[in-house]
Amino acid sequence: MLLRTSMAARALTSLGMFAAVSLLAACGGDTAPGAGPAATTTAAATTPTPTPTAPKPARPEVILATTTSTQDSGLLDVLVPAFQKATGYQVKVIAVGSGAAMQMGERGDADVLLVHSPAAEEKFVADGFGVERTLVMHNDFVVIGPAADPAGLKGSKTVAEVMKKIADKKATFVSRGDNSGTDVLEKNLWKGTNLTAPKGQSWYLETGQGMGATLTVAREKQAYTVTDRATFLAFTGKSDLPILLEGDPALLNVYHVIVPNPARLPKTNTEGGRAFKAFLVSADAQRMIGDFGKGKYGSPLFFADAGKPEPVAR
Amino acid sequence: MDLLLDALREAVRLLRTGDGDVYSITLRTALITSVSTFVAALVGLPLGLGIALGRFPGQRALLAMANAGTGLPPVVAGLLVAVLLWRSGPLGALGLIYTPWAMVIAQALIATPLVVSFAAAGVMALPPALHLQIRAMGAGSAQYLWLVAREARLALLVAVMAGFGGVVSEVGAAMMVGGNLAGETRVLTTAAVLEVNRGNFGTALALGLILLLFVIGVSAVLTTAQARVRRR
Repeated sequence: MLLRTSMAARALTSLGMFAAVSLLAACGGDTAPGAGPAATTTAAATTPTPTPTAPKPARPEVILATTTSTQDSGLLDVLVPAFQKATGYQVKVIAVGSGAAMQMGERGDADVLLVHSPAAEEKFVADGFGVERTLVMHNDFVVIGPAADPAGLKGSKTVAEVMKKIADKKATFVSRGDNSGTDVLEKNLWKGTNLTAPKGQSWYLETGQGMGATLTVAREKQAYTVTDRATFLAFTGKSDLPILLEGDPALLNVYHVIVPNPARLPKTNTEGGRAFKAFLVSADAQRMIGDFGKGKYGSPLFFADAGKPEPVAR
Repeated sequence: MDLLLDALREAVRLLRTGDGDVYSITLRTALITSVSTFVAALVGLPLGLGIALGRFPGQRALLAMANAGTGLPPVVAGLLVAVLLWRSGPLGALGLIYTPWAMVIAQALIATPLVVSFAAAGVMALPPALHLQIRAMGAGSAQYLWLVAREARLALLVAVMAGFGGVVSEVGAAMMVGGNLAGETRVLTTAAVLEVNRGNFGTALALGLILLLFVIGVSAVLTTAQARVRRR
């Protein structure tokens, strides 16, 4: 009776065996589908392209901390595979918003940052956490809201004017509220109104989520919001809120790449971070950035800026 | 309603074409959740038995902890594991953050209290006379444990199923410590969140349906095992 294995025990054992086998499979399987550097080199060797096969990087894993707009718009789905193919590096994209990305950078938990929060970036570099801050691309922010436009924003000339109207009319406004680049910009925009910090007002909603999720909330609440143009365009057909203000120079949205300071954060993969930075400003990547979304949305989502002078709109 | 129909169509299309890596994502989900469940069962079943049968100081506190742990929010478990595994954390040198292993650790942390709590409850529910009976048969400690586990096997199976259910459906920890990396740590739940963030609700729902199919498949297997156990 003692020797007779019960069905339950057998079921558990087989689950365990499956797990053990799958563990082995997981180890072998993860590097297989072209993601690993080894697989990339083989692919490069067998394809008759004239591009020289990059030597296998010593530390192939690169953690990219970035904003949600680069992921939600799909831009990184184009850039990252191209970079991995060309160099053999393997990029781990953590899309969290610029504020959180720079916090990861400060702790040494990221190897390269692609962010859009200029004032915070300058502080990050000044505090000695980042080096080689380099201009990559820009687009702009737009103010969107319900087509009925209860606050009467249509026809306004400046962003200061529309923010004042929203505050005066107490029209529902959805904020990211996540200390991202977009959030920081939006918080600054209120400074022109008599209501410097609308936080806590009943009409001011904070999602604490990424741009895509926030656009969905704005659509459902029929509320006003400030969004980067890339995410807005990527949501074409998914959000029916029209643009109510655009073109104010204060709405410029600039993306920089920053490498965490190796002197201060020695554990980071500086070589890998620099390789990704070099790739972002390369002619190939800049062309991909400029072309991204052109076919699908009729207009580019980002404008490539590498090598151009620093924009001074704000 | 249209969205639901679209989602159904999209789920069928994804399964037929294998677009969006659904098969590798589903396989990865299966691997990671089964390893986490296995670890949780390995730790949780003996602990649950021990808590139910043993007489030792801190026994109640342990049981209370396990019971409370069943409500451990996945995102908190994920954050705890992330803080430990980040490069800046005490275990950063292991390089485990944003790997399937990190997900296994976090998910095992989520599933273990579930397994312990359910297993302990199941063993405690056995008729008290049973223990006397087994003892009277002159069983040694190991035999005693084995016989009790045998009697409680249905409950132990349920405990493991609860652990599995806890991890297969969670997204907070998977996102936090896995990073939702394509081809590496993207599982069905995190892929669905990404599609929600991108406003592709049809695709997100389709991924949800595939997850549901997977869970139904697994529970069908376990329920069959359960039914067989009952028949004996």
